[in-house]
Amino acid sequence: MNFTHDILIIGAGLAGLRAAVECVGQADVAVVSKVLPTRSHSGAAQGGITASLGNEEDDRWEWHLFDTVKGSDFFGDQDAIEIMVRDAPRVIYELEHMGVPFSRTSEGKIAQRNFGGHTRNFGEKPVKRACHAADRTGRVVLDTLHDQCLRHQIKFYPENYLLSLVFDGKRCAGAVTYDLPTGELYLFQAKAILLATGGCGRIYKTTSNGFASTGDGMSLAFRSGIPLEDMEFVQFHPTGLYPLGILVSEAARGEGGVLRNRLGERFMERYAPTVKELAARDVVSRAILTEVREGRGIGGMDYVHLDLTHLGEEKIEKRLWEIASFVRIYLGIDPVYDPIPVQPTCHYIMGGIPTDVDGRVLTDEKGSIAPGLYAAGECACVSIHGANRLGCNSLLDLLVFGRRSGLAMKRDILQVETPTLSNESLKRVDSKIRGLLNHQGREKCDSIRKGMQAAMMEYGSVFRDDEGLKKGIEEIRALKERYKDIGVSDQKEAFNYELMEAVELGHQLDLSEVILLSGLHRRESRGAHWREDFPQRADRYYLKHTFVFQTRKGLEVRYKPVKITRFQPEARIY
Amino acid sequence: MLVKLKIFRFDPEKDEKPYYQTYEVEADPMDRLLDCLNRIRWEQDPTLSFRMSCGHGVCGSDGMRINGVCGLACQKLVRSFQEEILIEPLPVFKVVKDLVVDLGPFFEKYHSIKPYLITKTPPSDTERRQSTDEHEQFEEAIRCILCACCTASCPVNQNKETMDYVGPAALVRAFRYLFDSRDEGSEERLSLLDHKEMAWGCQTLWKCTEVCPKEIPVTREIGQIKKRIYETKNK
Repeated sequence: MNFTHDILIIGAGLAGLRAAVECVGQADVAVVSKVLPTRSHSGAAQGGITASLGNEEDDRWEWHLFDTVKGSDFFGDQDAIEIMVRDAPRVIYELEHMGVPFSRTSEGKIAQRNFGGHTRNFGEKPVKRACHAADRTGRVVLDTLHDQCLRHQIKFYPENYLLSLVFDGKRCAGAVTYDLPTGELYLFQAKAILLATGGCGRIYKTTSNGFASTGDGMSLAFRSGIPLEDMEFVQFHPTGLYPLGILVSEAARGEGGVLRNRLGERFMERYAPTVKELAARDVVSRAILTEVREGRGIGGMDYVHLDLTHLGEEKIEKRLWEIASFVRIYLGIDPVYDPIPVQPTCHYIMGGIPTDVDGRVLTDEKGSIAPGLYAAGECACVSIHGANRLGCNSLLDLLVFGRRSGLAMKRDILQVETPTLSNESLKRVDSKIRGLLNHQGREKCDSIRKGMQAAMMEYGSVFRDDEGLKKGIEEIRALKERYKDIGVSDQKEAFNYELMEAVELGHQLDLSEVILLSGLHRRESRGAHWREDFPQRADRYYLKHTFVFQTRKGLEVRYKPVKITRFQPEARIY
Repeated sequence: MLVKLKIFRFDPEKDEKPYYQTYEVEADPMDRLLDCLNRIRWEQDPTLSFRMSCGHGVCGSDGMRINGVCGLACQKLVRSFQEEILIEPLPVFKVVKDLVVDLGPFFEKYHSIKPYLITKTPPSDTERRQSTDEHEQFEEAIRCILCACCTASCPVNQNKETMDYVGPAALVRAFRYLFDSRDEGSEERLSLLDHKEMAWGCQTLWKCTEVCPKEIPVTREIGQIKKRIYETKNK
């Protein structure tokens, strides 16, 4: 089936919905999503959104800017970060006006709490900057934006998987998708296409990410000749619930929770004397795993304790209700009385599809634009988060750059004719899908996926080195060979989850290789990318963004300088 | 431990009527039921269809009937079951395939209660003020994840004669906006809700409250809507 819209948004998380709401009434906009409305992974964000409102204590956007730059290990582009942090208060008020049910201060203002890496006066002490609705902030913002979409009758195509981007010459002019309920392929034509497809955390065995976070948008852009930027920077959130990896928000530490090892020591005092548990995530994750490696994990195992028992029942029930419920359901213990076993869990990828500050996708390190194609949210790399994202900056990123992409698309399409694509691309994707179904290969998705997830944990997670990264690339390449002989036994068209998982696995394998290769080439330690063989940050050589291209000769790595405006790189001590 | 699951199967393309299929999977007592379903799909039978997304009770995708009670497969641990576990799709909704149901009507009903803040006064440059007490009025309601377990469990929705009842999930969202001190649409909300298929459809049977995975006092909130309608009309 063929559909035509002015603007096609792929992904119904916060970035996608915010862009959609921006375009209402001024363009015919439609949203395609792999999942049903409100099931997107933005909803799992717990702790909050940052903005220097100063509702609880003095705060300034300059401090927010500095913290984000320092959090990124001086690797985020400072011009883009400045745009984001200056826009932050407006974003929060706008959400409040839409109806987001923020928690409140005693004066009736939006409540704010501490979060890792957010400080007053350029690193002096923690500042309350994270606006929140208890520990369900992502979900209520997602609900509110979804409600706005319903109100404005935005067209949704739910349970619709992106299979291919379609180009008309250099211009991105459409997309081919698989409609899960019918098994039909759809060809969409549009004047502008926004990728808001989220992250790829499911590449790793231990992750806080949902099952749909398989990096489809990033991978399909990459296959269309778009480079991927800074993919070596993968964030492991320090406190995943052991052993499932479910997120335990930094809000738990923001509200006063502490980390303890086997000896009961508050070990963060040794790693980050000033802000302790509220250091940046890469710092805390490495500290936890160092404790584990040195034999101070709980019971000699690979986890530590997050202790909330001193916070009291009322605070936990009021501000951390969701987290308390996860702990009770999945571990059968009560965080009011028992410490919570936690371990680092793959949470977020700082890298992604390179864009300018208006969501326009870049085709090279020189800043050339791919007309018609936009990206926002976790799948994009502006770069705001550099080598390590600060907590609560991601929802802000989604909303600021989701909106800016919407604004840019609205403007840009005025100069664009409605494309008239032939059915050629549809036929090409159809024959590929048929090929996958008819191949009758001997390999199974499950086994290859398990191999990939194990290899990425082993060689591409918190601690890396040359030997491991090379081994990892070899293993992923071997898995890619096996993938060529994949067999899909479910031959039906509708609700063929097996077929879609096979497609997703192809994306995941491609991205795995890019992550490891980007890491191999960066012979320094910066933010979330820690090289045991190069434990220093090397500004002289590596103050530059990695761009990986897919070429006929294989993967090619190029670089682009980091944009520095106000803050020169300095030692990063918390 | 070995877990036995008896699962409802139905593929309208090839099956004349639904049937049950039994699977056995090796599982850890701390595994989620969702893990067992995935293991079946990945290792034994890829044709088994069910929805999932976040895997920890936030997205609301994997609502199903487990041993006769609606709940989220990702919130139930294997260790809480002794014998064979019966897994069926959510009742009330049309089965599309196996455990997947058509939630289109659910979202349509949800849409019908005007699930958005209605305001008349233009907002200031900053936030609208709301006291902590005012916020608390509806705080439990914002936990709702639209999993549809309550609506599927409601005997009024299950009864063909009264199936047009908007259902508890939509009413929880109606409550959330009606009792939000920032909302200025109470007049239109109350006249919308004052209907036998809206608030008055609720027969106070508590099934919704019993199954809610987020422990929302659903029946009580619907009761408060009824009370508000009654008080407004009898002022």
